[in-house]
Amino acid sequence: MTTEHISNGLIGASIRRVEDPLLITGKGCYVDDINLPGMLHLVVLRSLYPHAKIISIDTSAAKAIKGVVTVVTGAELPEHLNINAQVMFPGQKIPPHPVLARGAVHAPGTPVAAVVAESRAIAQDACNAIEVEYQALPSVQNAEDALKPGAPLAREELDNNICYTAVKKGGDVDKAFAQAEHIVRMHIVSPRQVALAIEPRGIAANPDPMGKSLTVWLSTQGPHRVRADLAGTLGMPENKIRLIAPDVGGGFGSKGPLYREDVLTCYFALKLRRPIKWIATRSDDFVTTIQGRDQAMTSELALKKDGTMLGLKVRVVANLGGYLQSSTAGPPQRMMAMAPGCYQIKDCHVEVVGVFTNTVPTGPYRGAGRPESVLNIERLIDKAAKDLGIDRLEIRRKNFIRPEQFPYKTGVGMEYDSGDYFKSLDKAMKLSNYQDLMRQRDERRARGEIVGVGVSTFVEPSGGAGFESGTVRIERSGDITVITGSSSHGQGHETVWAQIAAEMMKAPMDHVTVLHGDTYISQQGTGTFGSRSAVVGGGALATAAQRVIDKSKRIAAHLVEAAPEDMVQADGGFAVAGVPEKKVSWRQIAAAAYSGKIPQGMEIGLQETCFFDPRREAWGYGAHVCLVSIDRETGAPTIEKLVLVDDCGVLINPMIVEGQIHGGVAQGLGEALREQMIYAEDGQVLTGTLMNYAVMRAGDMPPLTLGETVTPNPFHPLGVKGVGEAGTNGAPPAVANAVMDALAPLGIDHIDMPYTAPKLWEAIRQAQSDRA
Amino acid sequence: MTAEPENTAIPIKVTVNGVKHEAVVEPRTLLVYFLREQLALTGTHVGCDTSQCGACTIHLNGRAVKSCTILAVQANGKEITTIEGLARGDAFHPVQEGFREKHGLQCGYCTPGMIMTAAHLLETNPDPSEEEIKHALEGNLCRCTGYVNIVESVKWAAQKMGGKNVSR
Amino acid sequence: MFPANFGYAAPRSVDEALQLLSKHGEEAKLLAGGHSLIPAMKLRLSSPRTLIDLGAVPGLRGVRLDGNTLAIGALTVHADVGSSDLVRKHLPGLAEAASVIGDVQVRNRGTIGGSVAHADPAADFPVILTALNATFVLQSTGGSRTVTADKFFVDYFTTAMEPNEILTEIIVPLPPAGTGTAYAKLAHPASGYVVVSAGAMITRQPSGSCTAARITIGGLGSGPVRAVASETELQGKALNAQNIAAAAAKAAEETDPDGDIYAGADYKRHMATVLARRAIEAAVKRAVT
Ligand SMILES: Cc1cc2nc3c(=O)[nH]c(=O)nc-3n(C[C@H](O)[C@H](O)[C@H](O)COP(=O)(O)OP(=O)(O)OC[C@H]3O[C@@H](n4cnc5c(N)ncnc54)[C@H](O)[C@@H]3O)c2cc1C
Ligand code: FES
Ligand code: FES
Repeated sequence: MTTEHISNGLIGASIRRVEDPLLITGKGCYVDDINLPGMLHLVVLRSLYPHAKIISIDTSAAKAIKGVVTVVTGAELPEHLNINAQVMFPGQKIPPHPVLARGAVHAPGTPVAAVVAESRAIAQDACNAIEVEYQALPSVQNAEDALKPGAPLAREELDNNICYTAVKKGGDVDKAFAQAEHIVRMHIVSPRQVALAIEPRGIAANPDPMGKSLTVWLSTQGPHRVRADLAGTLGMPENKIRLIAPDVGGGFGSKGPLYREDVLTCYFALKLRRPIKWIATRSDDFVTTIQGRDQAMTSELALKKDGTMLGLKVRVVANLGGYLQSSTAGPPQRMMAMAPGCYQIKDCHVEVVGVFTNTVPTGPYRGAGRPESVLNIERLIDKAAKDLGIDRLEIRRKNFIRPEQFPYKTGVGMEYDSGDYFKSLDKAMKLSNYQDLMRQRDERRARGEIVGVGVSTFVEPSGGAGFESGTVRIERSGDITVITGSSSHGQGHETVWAQIAAEMMKAPMDHVTVLHGDTYISQQGTGTFGSRSAVVGGGALATAAQRVIDKSKRIAAHLVEAAPEDMVQADGGFAVAGVPEKKVSWRQIAAAAYSGKIPQGMEIGLQETCFFDPRREAWGYGAHVCLVSIDRETGAPTIEKLVLVDDCGVLINPMIVEGQIHGGVAQGLGEALREQMIYAEDGQVLTGTLMNYAVMRAGDMPPLTLGETVTPNPFHPLGVKGVGEAGTNGAPPAVANAVMDALAPLGIDHIDMPYTAPKLWEAIRQAQSDRA
Repeated sequence: MTAEPENTAIPIKVTVNGVKHEAVVEPRTLLVYFLREQLALTGTHVGCDTSQCGACTIHLNGRAVKSCTILAVQANGKEITTIEGLARGDAFHPVQEGFREKHGLQCGYCTPGMIMTAAHLLETNPDPSEEEIKHALEGNLCRCTGYVNIVESVKWAAQKMGGKNVSR
Repeated sequence: MFPANFGYAAPRSVDEALQLLSKHGEEAKLLAGGHSLIPAMKLRLSSPRTLIDLGAVPGLRGVRLDGNTLAIGALTVHADVGSSDLVRKHLPGLAEAASVIGDVQVRNRGTIGGSVAHADPAADFPVILTALNATFVLQSTGGSRTVTADKFFVDYFTTAMEPNEILTEIIVPLPPAGTGTAYAKLAHPASGYVVVSAGAMITRQPSGSCTAARITIGGLGSGPVRAVASETELQGKALNAQNIAAAAAKAAEETDPDGDIYAGADYKRHMATVLARRAIEAAVKRAVT
């Protein structure tokens, strides 16, 4: 839909984005576009060693280069400049995470020295002139290896590599297993992925002339939260920092936390009283920005012979990397909270062991524990179906939580709000022509082809912890200003927020302005992550808007001397019920609100703020179906069909929802088919550039068929659930199940993602020689 | 003839978006930084350091190229079009319009490069098939859209520009 | 990422370039399309003191028919090689190789001469040009000489060129009647460069048997490798599916590749046989006309 001038039917309409005109003409403003007079540039020298002691650092040659302003090592920085992680689990260990290495490095990419210079190129020259002498220490990369006796200590200040152990359980899992007629056991590892927002991280900081306050432009997903962390580290009042998230070129979770370079940039800006900018190179990004997945899951699923699930035990070994970011401990927690998926398994025991290794820190990346969890349960259930000779759909349907059971309390203590898993599976079957797909598969198999069909049915919590804020203000002119605490990293918040506000206020969309991403403009907020913006931010906005409407109704009634109960919303304002010509426009209401022509006792002005905390997550769900064929000769997998049925409650802008699913699927297929961050045995990064870390390109995308079911969220003012991660959660397990279905006739039970051609070819060859 | 010693700034003349510029650049200045920093044309982005992402794509003498892999001195005497020079006044180029109509962008960071590559494709091949569109976009990475709507956007533009083969 | 500082010169003729080259010696590097050199300089894997930009040197671009050869200027960009009518008509295998290098933007900038001179073991042109029995024209202040492809690619990133020489032209003989050429590539999913590739030039008698075969494999060693065993196997045989497969099966015999994180050595050797078969089959099809 292309008109911005209507005020009806906006929720649910595919409206073109208001963000686009600037972005398609090159007039967007990303951090690196900020250039201030006298600006200096920071470049950081990084360790190539995964684990080493720093013997000495010689910066004299670097300092001598013309244009270099300062060169600093960890020893020369104040001791309080650290990245601080919160304790998320009792007993969690939090080893030091200084912004520049002090004495040792624990992951490749650790900053060991910082250079500030007149230009980025000069700063780079100076970095190259710094000489560092390291003494390599034994290192460990694989989290399961790190738990073995005698494994090298990733953090030598600790006595083992365990950061924390956490358990979520419910029911009586031992009893369930005692009653089991069949137990499925699997070991599944999710590949470590790089978030790879196309805009690398970056920050620009401008101090006031006295060095007492700071304006910061940061490519971030959470301006307020990062500002609080930044203020804490710098030891500066939070409200002396104005943190602005300008246009943000993607984030996918990775731009959530405060990073070392952010602190360094601000520290130097204050110290030198000059504006400073730091922009990550792609190489920096590969070794500093939090990475995702890398959870090894060892599971047991207890069943009856008829496929009824009795109990689930999961032990997750989560690779946390060498340092903790504020969000590092998050994804394993998510994994635990949704371990039983969309099935009725009351007896569960899920344990997570968070492990330090000498790798880049992990943290939330699109899905953040959800993809791992869905992969685990969906592979288990497929294996169970295969072992027991039960149809894969039948076993799912047998164990689905039934629609009448909602709200449903799961075996790990979560409460799912609503859903009809049968309906979405049915829809996916229909859209994929499932019976026909299976027939095709069998016919092609008979001809010697390697073909498989896979299904995944999944739930996905959205919203996450904490509140979001929204303010609605009617300006004197009657125009509507919306201020949200949730800033966008490209999803289209400005459009969606304007749609909600315009629809609720019955005003044209072009009368609505949405402000976000600036801590001096917006009230405290939380940020955009965990598919939460529409759910929590949208909820805050809708509630604030409703409050403004309620107040305005009383003002309108006052103006036409009617009773508030007799007023109804009309295009552009209010009217007396049944007397449409007795109308009061937003402009008239605003004029009254600011001039005091309001009912007695009412506060002047027309602005409301809501801090919205649903105190529960919204549980979206879906069913994905995949048809895959594997070239016997080359091992290359081809996804021939991918059907995605998702339910995210009420859709505000279907076009944007579709876009979110497409994008998620592309990243999910990356995980399934090619993406993996690889460290060598000695800890060197082997996939530190786009020359060796493969992502999906236009030509790699298979045809997608999208479908939806709509189960409104009963606990939400707009009925919405999140959808930003649907593609990464549901699609990879569907592909995994399809690939394994294809290889089942060869006697192959399980292979971990990513399914690259050489890996599949090798597996096929191995299977054939085993049989011969 | 001798080469100038290291780091001697070199005078160049380039025409960017129809405007003639005379400038002095260090030899090591990459074209993308010349455009972004010396000419303040920040619509051309940098997304990688190994020439893979295409965010920096511009037209050099009418051809799509990666401005991060060209020295500013190599552009001496040449014509450049950047994303800022694609629209005619307030009228978007059909490819720009297509991206808006078909939701071909989310964060917008890859978008200028995508649009420049697509515009070059449609100049050389007004009637591309879906496969040809995907092939042409091989050098441009997008992490947000999954490319589905980017391909649709290019098809939309092709049709708008008078191409026939592509169906919407 | 930013290159280290360097001095710059843009000569206006080959002679001027040669003089600069001998003056600055090994500290200088020639700059053609810059699509191998500049990425290396940005990562500071290469930091020449002086760059001699060939971009403004006239006469080094384009494809022309010269007797029974095609002469391709060293500065011809990949896109122009791939779209040249002469190349497409006479050497479809070369056009094929040109069109699968990198991406559109790379092909608009990178030059065939730069690719050959750079001698990246994962490059496409060296493989197909060896199959096509190309000759490289090298000029120095002392004159000019030619080297055939078989002798040109010496080692990883190393050619038979002397530091004071410039590659000016690539001469490819027009294949005799009944000859087909083809190129098949397995591209790395991240870089787009060659994992394994195969080039083939096959001459087929009207009777259907093979009178000449040049088959090269890329990606399995320091440069293109002639698949001599495959060539021998095919010689004089009927060009049917069975014989082609038998010949292709020997394509990796001369090789001993290293495995890497993407593909193991066995997979590479296996893919060499697959790609050799595909290239031979495609060449044979083209040989019919
Ligand atoms: C993203 C990307 C993807 C790529 N993918 C592929 C691919 O799939 N396959 C592939 O084959 N290549 C690929 N390339 C490399 C590309 O083809 C290069 O253009 C080519 O290898 C070098 O050509 P150039 O003109 O850019 O040379 P330059 O980079 O300018 O020079 C390369 C080297 O050759 C020397 N040199 C250049 N010209 C001459 C000359 N005339 N005489 C003597 N010495 C000379 C230079 O001094 C330098 O050492 C890719 C490059 C990029 C950036
Ligand atoms: S910046 Fe990535 S290709 Fe130029
Ligand atoms: S729109 Fe964000 S990278 Fe393409």
